[in-house]
This record gives sequence, C-alpha cells and structure tokens, in this order.
Amino acid sequence: MNKSVALEINNVSKYFGSLAANKNVDLTVYRGEILAILGENGCGKTTLMNMIAGIYYPDSGTISVDGQEVVIRSPKDAFRHGIGMIHQHFKLVDIFTAAENIVLGVNDGKAYSIKEVNRRVAEIADKYGFHIDPKKKIYEMSVSEKQTVEILKVLYRGADILILDEPSAVLTPQETDKLFDVLRRMREDGKSILIITHKLHEVLSISDRVTVLRKGEHIATVDTVSTTSAALTEMMVGKKVELNIERPQPQNVCDRLEIKNLSMVDAEGVKVLDDISFTARSGEILGIAGIAGSGQKELLESIAGLCHPITGEIIYHNPKNGKTEDLRDKDPVAIRELGVRLSFVPEDRLGMGLVGNMDIVDNMMLRSYRKGHSVFVDRKKPGDLAKKIVEELEVSTPNTHTPVRRLSGGNVQKVLVGREIAASPTVLMAAYPVRGLDINSSYTIYGLLTKQKEKGVSVIFVGEDLDVLVELCDRIMVICGGRVTGILDGRNTTKEEIGLLMTKTARDAEETSTAKESADGENV
Amino acid sequence: MKMSKTHTSELPFHVVKREPMPFWKSMGIRVAAVVIALLLCSILAVFMIKANPLEFLTTMVDGAFGSARRLWKFAKDSSVLLCISLAVTPAFRMRFWNIGAEGQTLIGALAAVGVAFYLGNTIPNALLLPLMLIAAIVVGAIWGGIPAIFKAKWGTNETLFTLMMNYVATGLVAYFLLLWTPSGSSVLGALSVGHLPILVHEYFLLIVIVLALTALAYIYLQYTKQGYEISVVGESENTARYIGINVEKVLIRTMLISGAICGVAGFLIVGALDHSVTTTTVGGLGFTAIMVSWLAKFNPLFMIGTSAFITFLQQGSAQITTNFNIDSAFPDMVIGIVLFFIIGCEFFIGYQLKFRESTKKGEKVE
Repeated sequence: MNKSVALEINNVSKYFGSLAANKNVDLTVYRGEILAILGENGCGKTTLMNMIAGIYYPDSGTISVDGQEVVIRSPKDAFRHGIGMIHQHFKLVDIFTAAENIVLGVNDGKAYSIKEVNRRVAEIADKYGFHIDPKKKIYEMSVSEKQTVEILKVLYRGADILILDEPSAVLTPQETDKLFDVLRRMREDGKSILIITHKLHEVLSISDRVTVLRKGEHIATVDTVSTTSAALTEMMVGKKVELNIERPQPQNVCDRLEIKNLSMVDAEGVKVLDDISFTARSGEILGIAGIAGSGQKELLESIAGLCHPITGEIIYHNPKNGKTEDLRDKDPVAIRELGVRLSFVPEDRLGMGLVGNMDIVDNMMLRSYRKGHSVFVDRKKPGDLAKKIVEELEVSTPNTHTPVRRLSGGNVQKVLVGREIAASPTVLMAAYPVRGLDINSSYTIYGLLTKQKEKGVSVIFVGEDLDVLVELCDRIMVICGGRVTGILDGRNTTKEEIGLLMTKTARDAEETSTAKESADGENV
Repeated sequence: MKMSKTHTSELPFHVVKREPMPFWKSMGIRVAAVVIALLLCSILAVFMIKANPLEFLTTMVDGAFGSARRLWKFAKDSSVLLCISLAVTPAFRMRFWNIGAEGQTLIGALAAVGVAFYLGNTIPNALLLPLMLIAAIVVGAIWGGIPAIFKAKWGTNETLFTLMMNYVATGLVAYFLLLWTPSGSSVLGALSVGHLPILVHEYFLLIVIVLALTALAYIYLQYTKQGYEISVVGESENTARYIGINVEKVLIRTMLISGAICGVAGFLIVGALDHSVTTTTVGGLGFTAIMVSWLAKFNPLFMIGTSAFITFLQQGSAQITTNFNIDSAFPDMVIGIVLFFIIGCEFFIGYQLKFRESTKKGEKVE
C-alpha cells in the first residue's frame, strides 16, 4: 500500500490558562489508515482534534496537510483542506431532511437542486454501505441514523481526513459493528480516519495504529497488531492498573422499591415512560441499560420526586418498620419527611446535583441546610463532612472552599457521590456516575457502589458501558423507548444480548423472542 | 487534491480564556482601568474646556468632598443610591432581572406621602412615621411581587414586566398629584408633617438607617437559610428542584423583599429629604442601582464602595459643569467613559491575548 502522509502535526501546544491541554504533540496520519487516538478523559484528545478541525487555534506548532503547512482558523478552513470532524453532539436541524442537513452551508457555486443532492447523498451512502433515506426528516431518526447523516455531511463536502469523536458512545454493540464496517470501507477508499475513543477493545478491533495521549502529551504511537490492551492501559494511565470489578453475592436480599406500571408523558405529550414495572432489592446492584434518552432520566427523576408520572405506583418498603409508602407525586422534601432515605446522583452533576459556583462546604449543605429551627445556616457540620469526604475519597482540591466547578470531573463526582452516601441511604440511584471520569476514579466509584450494596443498600445504576454493566451488576434491566425490554441476570448475560434488547421495539418484543440472528435489522 | 494553496492570513494574536486570577490582581486591573479612564477624561477636558488635567481632577474631588456641605450631600446621595441597590440585589442574586426598582421606590414614596396627606393632621408624628413606613413597604412589596407571581405561575418575562410597572407607577403618581392639588397645578408643596427626626445633621439618620440595612442585607444573603436558597435558585433551578426547594415560593418571597426595600427607600426619600413626591422623585436612581449592584458583584458590603464611587463621579463632574460653565451633559460623558473602562477591563480579567510564538519563516518543503 502506498503510504503517503495525509496530515502531519508538529510540536503543537495549547494552553487553557496555565493548564496544558496539549504539550508539544507530534502526530502523523497516512492516507488509507485508521488511527485511534486513545487516552483518558481530560488527556487532550478532543482538544487536539478540535485544533485540526478549526474549532481551536494552537498556541504554537504547525499543522501540515499533504506536506503543505496550513493555517486552520475555522471549520471552513478545515474543509478547504479536506478535513471534517464528526462531533459527539450532533448539529442537525430537526425539521430538515437528511439531504437538506447535508447540503446546508455548502456553497459550491452550483444551482441548488434537492433532487441532485438526494442523488449524490444516495450515491455516497451506497459507496460506503450506509443505510439511509435522504428524504427522511431528522426528528424521525434514531441516534445511529443521525450519526450517519453527520458522517455523510462531512463526506459530501469532500473530506479525505475524517475525525470521529467517540462515535460508539451513543451506539449499541451491533450498531457499532456496522459503523466499523463502513469505516473499513472508507479506509480502503484511501480516506484517513482518526477515531477518538477510550474503549480498548474498539481500538484493537478497528485501528491500524494507536496514538496514546496522557496529560496533554504524546506518549507513544504503536501498531495495533503488536500491542495488547494491558500495554495500552499502562500507557494511558502511566502505571499498571488492575481492572477488576468485585461482585460479591447479594446478602439478605429483600424488596425495597417496587415500581408498578409507571407511565409518564413529557411536555409535548410524548410517552417517555411506558408501563414500567420492576423491583429494586436491598443488597444488590440493579443496572439499567439502554440507549441514551430511552427514559432513564425520567425514571430516576420520577422516583426521586422531581417529575410526575401519569399512572403507576412507586412503592417503598421501609426496612425500619416494615411499612410501605407510595412515593408517587411526592416532592423530594415530602419523601424525606416520610423517613425514606433516597439518595440520587443525577446525570447532570454541576447542573443538578451540585452548584458549580459554590464551594464544597456549601454544596454539602444542599442536603442538610433545612435541619434545625434557626433562620441561620449551620456551616460547621457541612464543613466537617466536606473535610471528611475530601480526605476519605482523596478529592484533590486546594481546600474545601474551592468552587466545585474548578475541580476535575472525577473530583466533582467524588464530592457528589460522597455527599449522597453520607446521608446513609437505603436506596442509592446513580445515573452515569463514571461519565467523563478517568480509569482510576471510575474504579473508585464502582468500589463505592459495591460497598453500599454490601451495606444492604439497594443500588440502581444507570450505565452506558455495557462491559462494566455485565461485570458490576447483579441484575440488568434493559429499556428501550420508555419500555422495559428485559431484565437479565448480570452473571449470565452478554453485552450482545443486552445490545439486542436495547433496540428492540414493543412490536419486535411481541413478534419474536428468538430473533438473535438478525444483527442488521433496521428496526425503527 | 482540490485544495487551495492560499493561506488564510494569520492574525498576530488570538483570544484565549484566562485562568481565574487572585482577587488582588483583578482588583488591581479594575483600579487601573478607573485611573486610565479618569486620565482620558482629563485629556478630553483639556480640549473641551481648556482646563489642565490636574485642574480637572482636583475639581472633581473638590466637587464631591470640598466642603462639609458637599461631603454631607455626597454621603446622602450615596446612601439613597445604596439603599435602592440593596433592594435590587436579592433579586439579582436569584438571576431575576428586576429593573423595576425605579417604580417600586416611587410607588413606596407615593404611599408614604399619601398616608401623611390624609392622616397628617389627625395623629401624632410618632405614630404617623411608622404608618408611612409600613404603607411604603407594603406597596413597594406589592409592586415587586406582581411580576414575580406572574413569572412563577406563567413564566412571563420579568425584565419587561418590571420595566412596564415603572410607567404604571409614574402614571399613578401623576394621577394622585392632580387629585391632591386643588388648583390642578400638580405641584404638591412640602408636607409639614411626617418628617424624620433630625439627629446630629439632617442627613445623619438616613445614612445610619441605610448602613444598618446594608449590614442586615449582607447577613440575610450570606448567613440565613433563605439567603442560601436564593443563591441556589440563582445558580441552578434544577439543583433547587433536586433538593426540594420550592422555586416559585422563593421567587415570590425574594421579590417581595426586593420591593419592600425599595419601599423603605421611597419612605426615606419622603421622610428625610423631599417631604413630597413628584413623578421624578427617584430620578433614575432605580436604574443606576442596577449598575451599583453589578459592579459590586451583588455583595452588599462592596456596594458601599460602588455606590460611593458612582456618586463621586456624578457630583464631581457636576462641579466641573458649574466651574467651567459647560453643558450638563459633561457628567454623563465622564460616567460613560469610566464605566466603559470598568466593564471593558472585565474582558481582560477573564481572557487574554496570546501572541504567536513563531511566525512562519519560509515554507518547509519535504
């Protein structure tokens, strides 16, 4: 294969304040290869890619395309040099069709003809094996279809160097496999593909070479065939790490939270929870798997009393007195007044669980400030709690009076989880608690959840990494489109099985129970 | 390759976000901005009024602090401004953009005058004053509460709503003035009753009351549960809901307080200063107060400084108008220039310009 250099990055640095997001990074990408950019969260992968795509501008260093030094000040510049990036968050106009979104902003001097655009989109899609209807509106599309539109948008503009930022984060295992097939076809066509990821098995299955970044610096670039996941992890983290999650057998299991036929509609009247029933038990971790936006958030928020279902029951079995209470339609204060110790680590940490501009002490106070009859707040006990959490969970912060928004993602999460655990809950709900966290912090969080489970807490864990779910959870409930599509035994399931349930619609669930062979079903 | 060979022209610098800087450094930048702005004003003064820059600055200082009388006036004007600034602050901390302090204060003043007008000769002063205060507080709170209720229940825009309420207040004052002046002159002479007692100096009690109010506001916002709730709601309504704060309740309660303090300000203007009311009694202070509160980052203690500073600019440059006999728009120009610099310097506190380390030295050829 003719290995000509497509893109060369030379000694590029980028600082945010005094923080080096990238420090003297070198990178070479050849035509017709897939290069994985691997690194922990916050290691500067996305910053580096954003500089190539024209979102950021490097403080120093040079970028060359085809041996020519170039200046990329905007995404438009990037496109002129044949570089296109597919971001994690899609930028699509919902009421436009796929083709309309794709052609939006293209100024090629030709008269606009949607027929011609449709034809060209279909042609490109055909060439690389995408399944897409150019005339379909975005709001009717699944997440993976939207991603396809984003990729086509970049190809339509003639990009030869494609950057994908964690493309599999929103996909099921089956959809990921399909995407990877497409990427391989592009590689054969001579495109250069940079794929940002932190999932090791993906790196090993798709890439030709791997570049590992750590703390903004380029650690190594190796050929994929000559490396192992253990070696890559070591490069990423900087030391050997044991990636084992303990899963002790549940002890003294009894029903704690019983959800019966819960349904909810959103502000537009769309059903977001559809007849959900399950039981969460003490002493076990119940995992909830599903594509993002399948109703996970609404489910947890209904239990926490933040939004209100239209039908159903949320029955709490109080371990103290054996009584049961229906928590539905009660607000968080009323729930606590019933003696229900429910802790909730929401998905949006700084926008819901914590207040970013307040210090750690004031954030501790969120849960406890109402205590007592004084009109004044008591900052002493929250202050002690803050110190205790900083110490026990090894939160790295100058002191307990630092605004939490200045802490790193992992430390923010430790503060939040620490506070929620400090309330000695009987039910602990955590939504995506390790999102954006580095490997060590993630395993700290898994450890904390397991410890709560051993204490007899009923833990509900909404996760996105299926590998982790099958290692950590005792039972896994899969939801799709607001419906429960299956509850599996965590010790006897595979992520492929979960993946199938994640895209299973209500109709499929009734029609087929043995449809495991169809991996490319375009179920909509 | 259909790649264009032309390079995009490279700017010598680009803008990047700055690391949060220590407090003393950011204060230094702000002070420097004020100094530069005043220097610029004095240079401008050289061209416009042929005064030398030094003369310009000394006249400013002289105008504000030059005599005992000016010093008292300065303290009085700062206090009134400070009082209204205190009023808008709880709402601002909650990210509720109350720009209706003008109307809330005016309607409070009207209520106080109304009480004095109708009851003035029937009850003793010692009873009249508390009644005037209560009336001003209640009416001010109502004026502040109405937009809050609408926002809480129906999500109306508070900025527009509070602004509109200003005009309603002005209209009401005009109506009552017509009603109260038999000749229809709409000029209500100074009331002979309902004066605050004079201690030490005619402005002394006013100043003390406002300073006490400042301390109370600081304690309320910083150390009480309600103050804490205001901060949480302001920072993130989602967090407030998550921990079970009733956001609507906090919204309404805080605006009632905001309006009530405006009412106090209105009462003070009537009881200690004007002893009457006109449609221009508040004279735009309700808007200047917004600036005072923002510049102090919503901290009541800092507001003592910012309200004094704004008053200094106004009073000092007004002196220049008198001494050099130029148009009265000059003070506005000075204030405009200074504020431009103060607000502009916030950019340099938050961001910095990065200059390219290496500009290209010839094309590299492989």
